[in-house]
Amino acid sequence: MSATPAFNVPALEARDLGVRFGDAAILHGITLALPRARWTSIVGPNGAGKSTLLKAMAGLLPHSGTSVLLGQPLPDWPHRQRAQQLSWLGQNEASGDDLTVWDVSMLGRLPHQAWLSPPSAADHAAVERALRATQAWDWRARSLGQLSGGERQRVLLARALAVEAQVLLMDEPLANLDPPHQADWLSIVQALVREGRTVVSVLHEIGMALHADELVVMAQGRITHQGACADPATHRALEAVFDHRVAVRELDGQWVALPLPGQTASNEFSNGASNSATT
Amino acid sequence: MNARRASWLVAALLLAAVLLAALGVCVGSAGFENLLGPLFNPGLDPDATAMAQQIVFDIRLPRTLGAWGAGALLGLAGAVAQGLFRNPLADPFLLGSASGASLGVALALAAMGGAGGMLGASMMNSGVAVSVFSSSVWVRLGLTGAAFGGAVLAVLLTLVLSRGVQHTLRLLLAGVVVGVVLGAMTHLVLLFSPESLQAMQAFMLGSTSFVGWTAAGLMAGVWVLCTLAAWLLARVLDGLSLGDATARSLGLPLGPMRAALVGVLALATGTAVAQTGLIAFVGLAAPHLVRSLVKTTSSRLMLLASCMGGALLMAADTLARWLIAPQELPVGVLTAVLGGGYLLWLMHRSTRLGRGGGL
Repeated sequence: MSATPAFNVPALEARDLGVRFGDAAILHGITLALPRARWTSIVGPNGAGKSTLLKAMAGLLPHSGTSVLLGQPLPDWPHRQRAQQLSWLGQNEASGDDLTVWDVSMLGRLPHQAWLSPPSAADHAAVERALRATQAWDWRARSLGQLSGGERQRVLLARALAVEAQVLLMDEPLANLDPPHQADWLSIVQALVREGRTVVSVLHEIGMALHADELVVMAQGRITHQGACADPATHRALEAVFDHRVAVRELDGQWVALPLPGQTASNEFSNGASNSATT
Repeated sequence: MNARRASWLVAALLLAAVLLAALGVCVGSAGFENLLGPLFNPGLDPDATAMAQQIVFDIRLPRTLGAWGAGALLGLAGAVAQGLFRNPLADPFLLGSASGASLGVALALAAMGGAGGMLGASMMNSGVAVSVFSSSVWVRLGLTGAAFGGAVLAVLLTLVLSRGVQHTLRLLLAGVVVGVVLGAMTHLVLLFSPESLQAMQAFMLGSTSFVGWTAAGLMAGVWVLCTLAAWLLARVLDGLSLGDATARSLGLPLGPMRAALVGVLALATGTAVAQTGLIAFVGLAAPHLVRSLVKTTSSRLMLLASCMGGALLMAADTLARWLIAPQELPVGVLTAVLGGGYLLWLMHRSTRLGRGGGL
């Protein structure tokens, strides 16, 4: 197994990836290549299949088709080597309330440790780096159950960073984070990409997603567009997939997504209000 | 800091066990009687010393140590179950595994104990009496094996009925259903095996009066084995506490390790049940009490829950012998009353803290 594949090999590929939950098809044969050393954000309306795609690409969900990591089909990777190369941060997963912040972050080093060996100096250093990067170092002795939602999210991010994987997949990593810590997350991701790592995130915050290098736009289990964030075609695809309820504009050299009031919803609300007023 | 606190707690629980053992050997049908004095001063009254030796070493010490062993096994099983199923209410009793183990014992007794049965006849010819009181190694091993088989089947049945471990309420309901059905089947087996009925009635209420040196030694051996296996698998429980997807992403082979943990859970439960009968709530309360004192990793939690379970059952056993002396209260009845109250308090507290099913 080559740990350093050619740079032009995509970090992650989906080849005809399909997912079904019972009779319902959630993903329809998706084919996609995500470049290395880039940050790609997957965006789309609720129910588009973004999280499902990310989970299937990480091999965490039964699926048809193939997911390819650094040029090797995922099933061909031994468990531990795969875990060293691919780090996962999920949303709404259980969180070990009894574990301390340090213990949780150290779990990220499991793929690097022999089964019964204690953490090495390198493991300690990686965990410290991750905790300092997410500004969670000061709580390292506290248990996860004592933290707020946002603090907990920063610890879980530290756990994902501590893996020091080539590819990081993050599903809604900004959940519960306040704006300053969202900005910190952005800095971390940009630093990771500068180091040559690949980040793939599912984001609901379109404004944050527009900071990525590339956007994958999804709707109804299909990819409608993949392109650079600065590309006007990407902006049009984004606006279209949200029924033109958002408008992408440039503001101080950054792309932002402005929400537009929905005609239908506002009409129904005002009708409802006037009806109740007359009765 | 938590590691140091955990070490102190282990030391405190072991010290409590030693003190409770000293108390336990002095409590019997006559209430409290100081047997340690004559035991350690043989020169004063040789007859009293001989009698104290007989009472302590033949009856009360194996029983007291057996209570620690059974409690430690149940505490360990509770910690494994709660981590494995990510469910704070999981416990050998509530998952139906204790009822499965009890059915296994009843079936084994019916198969081996009846003089009409082939096995029973051959065992009676060889001079081995088959009952829950037996001190024969082979009978104890047979009962333990049967209890283990019953516990494995019960856990698997509960998991099938609850369609996985995700839904707390469904898991508990499935466990209750399995427990009730297997309990009824145990009674049915006993109905057709009247010679085992009386002994099994005491067994179903939970009692350490069956425990001799053989049973105590067996529990000690299995406890070492289960603790070692659980310690080897503790990282899986830590990983699982962050969710299935995260645990799998960390390269943990969840399938075989889950199966191994179910094996540990069933072996610990089955061994305890085969020696002491059905003793409820120790497996539930021990890990909770530990968590209320220290937050720590699964490897330490399992050891601590084990020590806590041992100390709890030892204390309950001594209390059960002393409360209505010269009569003896089955310790399972006492743990059911105390443990049930504790469970209600946990539920009340979780409601007050707005934690729904999370406790």
